[in-house]
Amino acid sequence: MPRPICEDDLHAWVDRRLDAARRAEVDAWLAEDPARAARVAEWRSDSDALRGAYDPLLDEPVPARLRASLERRRPMRTLRFAAVAAWMTVGALAGAGVGYHLGQSSAPDGDTLASLPHRAAVAHAVYSPEVRHPVEVGADQEQHLVAWLTKRLGAPVKLPDLREQGFALLGGRLLPAADGPSAQFMYENDGGRRLTLYLSVRDDGAGTTAFRYAQQGEVGVFYWVDGRFAYALSGQFGRDTLLPLANSVYHQIAP
Amino acid sequence: MFSDDALLAEIPRLRRYARGLTGDAARADDLVQDTLERALRKGRLWRPGNLRAWLLTMMHNVFVNQYRASGAMDFRPPEDLPEVAVRPQQLDGIELRELERALQQLSPEQREVLLLVALEDMSYEDTARILGTPIGTIMSRLSRARERLRQVLAGQSAVPDYLKVVK
Repeated sequence: MPRPICEDDLHAWVDRRLDAARRAEVDAWLAEDPARAARVAEWRSDSDALRGAYDPLLDEPVPARLRASLERRRPMRTLRFAAVAAWMTVGALAGAGVGYHLGQSSAPDGDTLASLPHRAAVAHAVYSPEVRHPVEVGADQEQHLVAWLTKRLGAPVKLPDLREQGFALLGGRLLPAADGPSAQFMYENDGGRRLTLYLSVRDDGAGTTAFRYAQQGEVGVFYWVDGRFAYALSGQFGRDTLLPLANSVYHQIAP
Repeated sequence: MFSDDALLAEIPRLRRYARGLTGDAARADDLVQDTLERALRKGRLWRPGNLRAWLLTMMHNVFVNQYRASGAMDFRPPEDLPEVAVRPQQLDGIELRELERALQQLSPEQREVLLLVALEDMSYEDTARILGTPIGTIMSRLSRARERLRQVLAGQSAVPDYLKVVK
C-alpha cells in the first residue's frame, strides 16, 4: 500500500531527491492529473533556469576587496615583529628595573618574578597573532587541557572563565621556560582581540604578592603570585581594561 | 579553526547566493564581505564539519540584521506586501536579469529558502538549520516561493516591463 503523496514529495521530486521507487509512485500520481503535473514540471524548469542563470557567477574571479577581507587579519604579523623588537630593548630594561625595584634581584624568587611580565609578554606576542594555531589544545577539549597542564606543571591548574567579561576561551599551550614548564591560556573577544594568561610554577611553594603592572611595548601585563603559581595576564589593552579582568582571574583561581 | 584557503574556496558560492538574495552585484559583495568578517570573528565557534552550511548561516544572520536595521527588508508575508512596480536593475544576461527581477518579487524569507534548496543544493534539513526555522515552515515557504516564482515568470513573458505591477 503506497504512502499517500504529499507536498514534500513534490518538492523532493522537483529537486531530484527521491529514490527510484518513490519517484515512480509520484510519477504515476502526477500522470493522473495533467494540470498538477504541468505545475510541478514548471517548478522544476524554474529551478533549472535559476542554476543556468546563476551558475556562471561561480566562474567569476573573486574580487580583490573580498580577498583583502581575508588578509585583514594578517597585519597582526607585522605587529608581532614590532613586539619582538620592542621587548628586545624594553624587556631587558624592564627586567632590570623591576628587579631593582624589588631590591632582591639576586634572590631566585626575585628573578622569577622580575622576569615574569617579560616572559608573559613574549609568549603573548609570539602566539596571540597566530591565525591557525593559536593554541595546542582547543577550548573544545577543556577537561583534557586542564588535566594535561596539571600533569605537566605538576600542580593543579585552574582555568578561569572570562565569558562574562566578553572573552571566550580559545585553548591553551605548554611553554618551555628556563626554570621549568609554563603554560598559556588564550581568550578572545568578539572583536577578535586576544588575552593570554601565563602560568608558571614556583618551586618554593607558598607566598603571595599584590598585583603588579608592567607595560612591555604595546602589551600590558598584570602579574602576581598566588600559592604555587605565578600568573601574568597580558593583552594589548589599557591598564583600566586589564585590571578588572585580572581581578576576575585572581578571584576564580584563588586557592 | 578553518584555513584561509578553505574560506577562499567558499567565496564563489557565497557570492552566487548573495547575488540571488540581494539582486544586485555590489550589494551582494557587500553582504559577502560582511559575512567573511563575521566568520573570521566567530571562527573559534566553528567545529569541524560543514563549513559551507556554517557560512551560509552567518550570511543569513548578517542579511537579516542588516535589512532589519536599514528597514529595507519587509518581513511580512508576501500576501500583505504593497504593490510595487518592478524596478530596473543593473544587468548581465537576459536570463539572469529576468530571474533576478522575479526573485525580488518573493519575500526575503521565501527567496532564502528557494535559493538554498534550488541553487545551493542544501538539504531541507540543512536549510532549516541555516535559517533557524522549523522544517515544516521551510517546506511551506518553499511551496509558496516556487508557486510565486512560477506565476511571476509566467506573467513576465506576457506583459511589457513598463506596464507590469506585481502584487
